[in-house]
Amino acid sequence: MGLFRRRSLKSFLRRIFGKKQAKIGIYGPPNVGKTTLANRILQDWTGEQMGSVSEVPHETRMAAWENDVKIENNGSSLYMDIVDTPGISTKVDFKEFINKFKMDKDEAKQRAKEATEGVIESIRSLDDVDGILLVMDSTRDPFTQVNVTILGNLEARNLPVLIAANKIDQKTSSPATLKAAFPQHPVVPISALTGYNSDDLYSHMITHFGKKKSRKKRR
Amino acid sequence: MGKKGKKLKNEDSIAVNLVSRQKLDEFTADEKIKFILKEVQNGKVLVLEHGLTALEQSDLIEKTMKEIKQDTFIGIEMEGYGEEKPSFFKKILGVIQKPRMTVIGPAHLLKTINKDNNMIETKIIPGKGG
Repeated sequence: MGLFRRRSLKSFLRRIFGKKQAKIGIYGPPNVGKTTLANRILQDWTGEQMGSVSEVPHETRMAAWENDVKIENNGSSLYMDIVDTPGISTKVDFKEFINKFKMDKDEAKQRAKEATEGVIESIRSLDDVDGILLVMDSTRDPFTQVNVTILGNLEARNLPVLIAANKIDQKTSSPATLKAAFPQHPVVPISALTGYNSDDLYSHMITHFGKKKSRKKRR
Repeated sequence: MGKKGKKLKNEDSIAVNLVSRQKLDEFTADEKIKFILKEVQNGKVLVLEHGLTALEQSDLIEKTMKEIKQDTFIGIEMEGYGEEKPSFFKKILGVIQKPRMTVIGPAHLLKTINKDNNMIETKIIPGKGG
């Protein structure tokens, strides 16, 4: 029953008839461009928007779903349910919103409270996806504990992961550093903002997420 | 930890506790997370001889988020090294690789300066971390 409750008839029929469909989660630390990438994918394939973007961390504080997104590349296609998740972090300080982004105290506290709930939702939703698009900022040090923790979780769950080395439109970006840091996973350099190299990303998504993989249960 | 030449008062001092692998091994996964979170909420910096697995780390982050109190506890700073790749013989013998050393502290005190494959460089900056 759960299967019928959670999936549309359309997607169920696709499974019956062998077309590829996957629940793909877009994960990463705050401010790496997850929603910008989600918007890019939706703009390219459905003409819609996933959510608002901002330079203020924790702009996305609730997971947002878009179902039945079809992407195509070189004659291959993949149907996806995409979830754009709140950024995962180990700390949330409302004073940062006041000092760096000039929010008033009440607004900053509310944002911080929602951000903590968003982190919890992100972590819990790892149990409900088939594959992960892990977004990293290619202008920053890749060895952050959040990146390592997320990747370790995906490996423990045996979930396929594709790393999007985002922000390659910026001068200080170094996707090669990301590739060297995580050689065990495919890394695709991309600018979600400009769309540069998005075709390569879609090609990787179809081949990488189209494969069936048995996942391990948490613990 | 203080300006040059200025001594910290006793009540300003920060405990840095090294936790042995024997103590960590006595805990269940839940007990371990509770222990760490309680100590960190009490302002202690912990260096774990055996770190946390990735699933334990995400559990710790989730529980930390539930404990955040905006004026007193803003979360944790955590850095460590993952499991070493097991050798061929260890795989055959089924030896479980444990995560290596991890440092965890309150985010308002502990600040990671740099991390690479050989060293994790942190600073304890009372009131300025995070």
